[in-house]
Amino acid sequence: MKKIEIHTFSELISQGKTPEILFWVGCAGSFDDRAKKITKAFANILTQANVSFAVLGSEEGCTGDPAKRAGNEFLFQMQALTNIEVLNGYNIKKIVTTCPHCFNTLKNEYPELGGNYDVMHHTQFIKSLLKEGRVSVKGGVFKGKRITFHDPCYLGRANNVYEAPRDVLEKLDVELSEMKSCKQKGLCCGAGGAQMFKDAEKGDKEINIKRTEEALETKPDIIASGCPFCNTMLSDGIKYKKKENEIEVLDIAELINQASDL
Amino acid sequence: MISLIPNIIFIALFSFALYLFVKNVKKIYRNINLGISIDRTDNKKTRLFQMLKIAFGQSKMIDKPIVGLLHVVVYVGFLVINIELLEIIVDGTLGTHRVFAPFLGSFYNFLIAFFEIFAFLVIVSVIIFWIRRNMLNIKRFLSLEMKGWPKNDANIILYVEIVLMVLFLTMNGADLWIQQNAPEFNYISAGSFPVSQYLLPLFDSFSSNSVFIIERSAWWLHIIGILCFLNYLYYSKHLHILLAFPNTYFANLNAKGKFTNLKSVTNEVKMMLDPSIDPYSSTSSVEISKFGASDVFDLSKIQLLNAYTCTECGRCTSECPANQTGKKLSPRKIMMDTRDRMETVGKNIDNNKGKFISDGKELLSDYISKEELWACTSCNACVEACPIGIDPLSIIMDMRRYLVMEKSDAPSELNNMMSNIENNGAPWPFNQMDKLNWKNEI
Ligand code: SF4
Ligand code: SF4
Repeated sequence: MKKIEIHTFSELISQGKTPEILFWVGCAGSFDDRAKKITKAFANILTQANVSFAVLGSEEGCTGDPAKRAGNEFLFQMQALTNIEVLNGYNIKKIVTTCPHCFNTLKNEYPELGGNYDVMHHTQFIKSLLKEGRVSVKGGVFKGKRITFHDPCYLGRANNVYEAPRDVLEKLDVELSEMKSCKQKGLCCGAGGAQMFKDAEKGDKEINIKRTEEALETKPDIIASGCPFCNTMLSDGIKYKKKENEIEVLDIAELINQASDL
Repeated sequence: MISLIPNIIFIALFSFALYLFVKNVKKIYRNINLGISIDRTDNKKTRLFQMLKIAFGQSKMIDKPIVGLLHVVVYVGFLVINIELLEIIVDGTLGTHRVFAPFLGSFYNFLIAFFEIFAFLVIVSVIIFWIRRNMLNIKRFLSLEMKGWPKNDANIILYVEIVLMVLFLTMNGADLWIQQNAPEFNYISAGSFPVSQYLLPLFDSFSSNSVFIIERSAWWLHIIGILCFLNYLYYSKHLHILLAFPNTYFANLNAKGKFTNLKSVTNEVKMMLDPSIDPYSSTSSVEISKFGASDVFDLSKIQLLNAYTCTECGRCTSECPANQTGKKLSPRKIMMDTRDRMETVGKNIDNNKGKFISDGKELLSDYISKEELWACTSCNACVEACPIGIDPLSIIMDMRRYLVMEKSDAPSELNNMMSNIENNGAPWPFNQMDKLNWKNEI
């Protein structure tokens, strides 16, 4: 097992090396305790698969997604143009990220502002690693477990990525049971559009509780997702339902990390 | 001369109906043009394909298979009966009777049979629709914004459709009776009547003259009904039968997650980031524009077309996570409010000789509240659900932009989040310098 080494672009470039891929960690992935575990799991997968990658570290600023969805186009474009300057400065071509919000913004909203990259979500990237045989999974760890997959809005509806995370799950020999609203009709976890950072408006229920209830209907052992924000919302939902001892909320990267012969 | 009177009445009625219709179309066109132009003339082929698939092919209606099928029946019924309409118009204008029959021969029989079967299926479907809408407690038909006119509008259309179909079948049945029993009227022996033949016994107790009067009355009432329907559209959610076509043609082709980048902002931000740009040079002196939208004038023409096209079905609202959890937000209401406001502005312009005189109201606040706007998670469920390519989310986003950039009026937690991004490059109060600290925890 290789030791995980995290380098920044600036370090490697000063040593004369050019990493192939930028791992865009994102704010949640860098600062949120739960999301950091996803970051580490994915960093381990990249390391064991011998992917030539680096991060931006302190040169990585918020993509501006929450500002943009809150309506602050100024702040968004300030962030975008600053990030693009850094990205283009390192001549970055390929980006992989564990956050669907960063994924969407980098992929769809940066090009018009001068940032053109090949952007992948980590579930797509893991799928390609599995396909190329650079990562392989041992059957058994999750064999027979019931898993339901929650589609992050910014991965699914926003970008039509529905199959990659499911293809990865299939490799785990699990029993995938879909919620009644999934894929195109998947219910939001309640965090998007900057809702993560504020209390909800008056209503009769929290969105994450509703989504958790839909997940519980499938009687899962594990709820899988591919977004640090969905993860937080659903983990909170599971705690609210006092099910945290029976049901785990895990990211696709964590599942693969636990199941692979890394 | 006397024999020409019906033709003259017909031509007069028809021209008048057409005149009113054109007037309404012009109004719609004028009102849509209150919006800002955006370029959707690219990718003509993809757009055409999208229109054929979604509007003509009703591809999104099969999402709910039974309702979808019934809707297709009514829609196809609408299309085919328009062919019949052509004959009615020619007959009315020239004073002929079933003018196409001699030319089309047995194909004519086939056509009439086809129309009759569809007329019958339409009646059945419409009755089921009525029951669904009024007797089954389907949530999306019961929301707050569906009280009053929207509910009546939906039912009126259903009644009109039944009446038109019944008139059509009565006309055919009486015609067939005359063909068989009253040679003195010289009705051409044409058509095949798989449905209305069952009405024949009903006419047996009448005199030939009375049946003739029934046939003529049904004919007239049917065409007058259609002309009224044509002019009712403008006041109704049923505009979608026409506007679904341009609406799906011009609908967004990009990934749903891609929100527009405001060009006017880009220029200003570039200037801020690059002090070497002279703000007073001619290339950089952009016109100061309003950021975001507070009224219909700030929305795009496509968004306004969306509002006229909305059929108030509520598929968007029933998928909306905010609405499902009891929040005030309903994407359908966003579209209905936009249309109502556009209508009010249009009337204002009509009353003030072509100029809008401020009525002290705006779409934002007077129609759509901030509470609704801030409840949106930008999840795109509404956009995905709409069967005719409407994008309520884009209107919500434009209004948030106005609130934040023009009014600095965001919920305070969001202001905190934004000042964190501004100061530390993250939505939380962490230092950007610490962004790689996770590495030490491995
Ligand atoms: S995008 Fe907003 S309005 Fe549309 S369904 Fe999602 S939360 Fe509701
Ligand atoms: S926006 Fe679309 S889905 Fe929503 S009510 Fe109107 S037509 Fe129906």
